[in-house]
Amino acid sequence: MIRPKLATVWLDGCSGCHMSLLDIDERLLTITERADLVYSPLVDNKIFPDDVDVVLVEGAVSTDEDLKRVTMVRKRSKTLVAFGDCALTTNVPGMRNAIDGGAAEPLYARAYGENVTAVVNGVVRPTHDVPHHLPRTLPVHKVVEVDVFLPGCPPSADVIFDALVALLDGKKPELPVGTHFGG
Amino acid sequence: MTVHTLTIDGVERAGVEGQTVLEVARESGVEIPTLCHLDGLCDVGACRLCVVEVKGSSKLLPSCATAVAEGMEVTTDSKRLTAYRRTIIEMLFAERNHVCAVCVANNHCELQARAADLGLTHIELDTVNPALDVDASHERFAIDHNRCIMCTRCVRVCDEVEGAHTWDVMGRGLDARVVTDLGMPWGESTTCTGCGKCVQVCPTGAIFEKGRPIATTKVTRPYLPYLKTNSQEVSA
Repeated sequence: MIRPKLATVWLDGCSGCHMSLLDIDERLLTITERADLVYSPLVDNKIFPDDVDVVLVEGAVSTDEDLKRVTMVRKRSKTLVAFGDCALTTNVPGMRNAIDGGAAEPLYARAYGENVTAVVNGVVRPTHDVPHHLPRTLPVHKVVEVDVFLPGCPPSADVIFDALVALLDGKKPELPVGTHFGG
Repeated sequence: MTVHTLTIDGVERAGVEGQTVLEVARESGVEIPTLCHLDGLCDVGACRLCVVEVKGSSKLLPSCATAVAEGMEVTTDSKRLTAYRRTIIEMLFAERNHVCAVCVANNHCELQARAADLGLTHIELDTVNPALDVDASHERFAIDHNRCIMCTRCVRVCDEVEGAHTWDVMGRGLDARVVTDLGMPWGESTTCTGCGKCVQVCPTGAIFEKGRPIATTKVTRPYLPYLKTNSQEVSA
């Protein structure tokens, strides 16, 4: 029997959703018995495979790098799950959208300029080899098609486990009544 | 006392002249979702979440501001109503910067709860993300306009129950804001009595007590109808 391929991706989020995934504790074994975790911040594979069955996407789309990755992930996955509030609503990463419409320069000035005294090797803020911010932070469904939405900051371990079991059975998960934004 | 007979979701109900559809529905155990309504305050129909279908009217009517009438046929739940209510909640989320995860009212918020009731999992509309102020000039309380849904409960409780009328509304549409004393900083208000009723009635985390960590603002409201009735009896 061919086991379904499961992947998880971490965009602009705090990794709390991944922590909550680990919080399913011993039930992780149930998941790994039924699927191969082929790509994730939790495993060492550096390349996102071509034929992923289910991918959990944590985080909002904030940078050109996030955009590139989520577009690639969409192309290579059958079912894409927007995983947690940052992916669904932009949540905390999206708070920059209210500062000068989310424009990057005022954001950098605020984060790296105001009240900053440290200068490392003559550089106040790095500009090379770092991702560049998009004009505004976007939820995942504004960039690619999303099949399943899992709200919560983070979604609870039970919600994640039940959703994963349903998804690995090829079903659309039903969220428990009262599942909501926030924690 | 005139009594009207009407049907709510096909079941015959009776209401007294002057009662609203919402009142009669709730008395009969029929739940209609609301946000701006609060027992003990006048109804203004600001949020439109309580809209119902009334036979003979092509428009949806806010049940909190529609009086019962003889022979009225009311539907409180339908696919159309659910779609409208979801859109209303989505618009409230899209209009300002609601970040549940870092809000004082997380898990005690009526906007968050109504969104959950309606199974809202994401915001399809484009968000406005306006740059809004937080007025923390008051000694004990603060208002974060990012979280305000313009239900005007604070305006009404301040006027109708406390009698101070510190709060009011300024501007229109997307630019509408609740203000204290004609737009002065709250801390400089000469009419605010510091009673905290606005904090107790706020359905979200917009008006809150200072020094509260995330998710700990829990409000108590049952005293409002009591205060309202009392003050009416005193003035009568």
